[in-house]
Amino acid sequence: MASANGFFNIISILEKIYSMKEPLVKRIWLFYYDGFRSMTLGRTLWLIIAIKLFIMFFILKLFFFRSELGVYSSQEEKSEHVIKNLTNPK
Amino acid sequence: MLLASLLGLSRLQFALTAMFHWIFVPLTIGLGFIIAIMETYYVRTGNEFWKRTTKFWMKIFAINFAIGIATGIILEFQFGTNWSNYSWFVGDIFGAPLAIEGIFAFFLETTFFAIMFFGWNKVSKNVHLLSTWLVAFGTVLSAMWILVANAWMQYPVGMEFNPDTARNEMVDFWAVALSPIALNKFIHTVTNCFVVAAVAVTGISSWYLLKKREEEFARKSIRIASVFGLISLIILIWSGDGSAYHVAKKQPMKLAAMEGLYRSQIGTPIVAFGILNPKKSISRLERDSLGFALQQPYLFNISIPKGLSLLVDRKSNTFVPGIEDIIQGGYTYINNQGEEVIALPVRERMKRGRVAIGALASYHKAKEVGDDQGKEIALATLKENFGHFGYGYIEKPTDIVPNVPLTFYAFRIMVILGGFFILLFSLAIYLERKGIIYRTRWFLVLSIVSVPLVYICTQAGWIVAEVGRQPWTIQDLLTTGASLSGVSASSVMTTTIMFFVLFSVLLAAELTILFKVIHKGPAQ
Repeated sequence: MASANGFFNIISILEKIYSMKEPLVKRIWLFYYDGFRSMTLGRTLWLIIAIKLFIMFFILKLFFFRSELGVYSSQEEKSEHVIKNLTNPK
Repeated sequence: MLLASLLGLSRLQFALTAMFHWIFVPLTIGLGFIIAIMETYYVRTGNEFWKRTTKFWMKIFAINFAIGIATGIILEFQFGTNWSNYSWFVGDIFGAPLAIEGIFAFFLETTFFAIMFFGWNKVSKNVHLLSTWLVAFGTVLSAMWILVANAWMQYPVGMEFNPDTARNEMVDFWAVALSPIALNKFIHTVTNCFVVAAVAVTGISSWYLLKKREEEFARKSIRIASVFGLISLIILIWSGDGSAYHVAKKQPMKLAAMEGLYRSQIGTPIVAFGILNPKKSISRLERDSLGFALQQPYLFNISIPKGLSLLVDRKSNTFVPGIEDIIQGGYTYINNQGEEVIALPVRERMKRGRVAIGALASYHKAKEVGDDQGKEIALATLKENFGHFGYGYIEKPTDIVPNVPLTFYAFRIMVILGGFFILLFSLAIYLERKGIIYRTRWFLVLSIVSVPLVYICTQAGWIVAEVGRQPWTIQDLLTTGASLSGVSASSVMTTTIMFFVLFSVLLAAELTILFKVIHKGPAQ
């Protein structure tokens, strides 16, 4: 009996979540919220993604991969730099 | 030593990153479709078995996707840091395809990806199935724009060079997107991804059969994967034939390197199997042309008479130029405008390339001093010689020859393994239909061994495509040397080591998680 009640509770919660009366943004939020909460393997994978993105953007990009043309503020300066390189091959 | 130079290190770093990225991409693209087919069975039959099967392969898909995601962004970091001349030179051409790729990837993959994983029991079966298919097609569309950009480098069309900015500007989007090289590359690469995934599914399923576990799951997975793989392989071979046809027209040196063809003849044979003669190397051509000429190109070879002529021109008596023929010029060929022209010697193209570079410099000098007439003359000279622009950076004619042994053997590895996979899928279909696959131990072992082999095959394909087009980053217009930034070799060495460590850790993580999930099996 208890499990049947539990089952109907879940149904009613799902009905509530996906009822058209709920604002769309809230339904989308709950969809993702539930999805992330119910993840098992996904949590490990998200952790790996987060660590990887941190290493890539906050270590590699910031400290090791500065754009050579990034030091110039205008397009003209960038063009001049490249034209100088292209017309004076080493 | 090439590897000690800035150019060598920058190329090594790019190759390492691209090859690592390519470990994940083909499985993601191919598995997406296999999952979608399995889920279609579930929706059509309502059988929970297919749902369980789909969910298991989805897990493998998710692991691969998560570890591989954003590894391609590192290539973009390298464009800005190591290859700034190149990225500026191509900027406007790459901008459109990569922007479209980004938008597609973000909306299609992230939105429908979420429904695919979180949406079981929350959306209808049909909506879920639609999401799975859209994820599969989304990955293909993402890949398409990257491949369009790559094809443009191999065959630059649909653009005009702006001498004021030194950038190529797109004037015909469709010429870029639908160039014959792009179309063939797209079909060839995507079907290759399908084959990788099909071999992976067959291999993993064979492991279950070998362990006497999950028999129904494994047999039905093999059935779908092998049929899917075989159909993909047939299209792959067809598009490979198309690729060879276009490579012969647009990148003859790449084809000559693929064949180890130095001096050609009318009715050129194709080498089915061969061992190159190491004494016939390009460095030897430079220092001793007589001794070089006496050397046979192969220590051993099995050739099909007139095969190469038939392959590249559909005619048995076509002359397919070899490496020395291309360097010396003088043979006739059909150019991009469909006219029959005589090939220029590389030395002549080098001269014209230097004229083009000089004209670009003169144009800017004239612009600085306000000399309009000087600008016009320089511009006309630049336009006339722009097709040879990249040759201006070539120091000696043999510099336009790629690494012949690497290209030659990589091509043969790819083709031989491709043939092997036809056999593998055909056997899988036969044994599965006969109902004896689970007790054909040798086949199950072969299937498992095939998983690393399919990765060797796909990487070999990219080696042919990318090593074979050296020394160009953009065919005939820009060399790898001229594409480089002013970054120091030691800095590239440092980041290469960092990447190697990062990639090794990520790969170890993927394999650990993957093996754990496979070990647990679909029942979990």
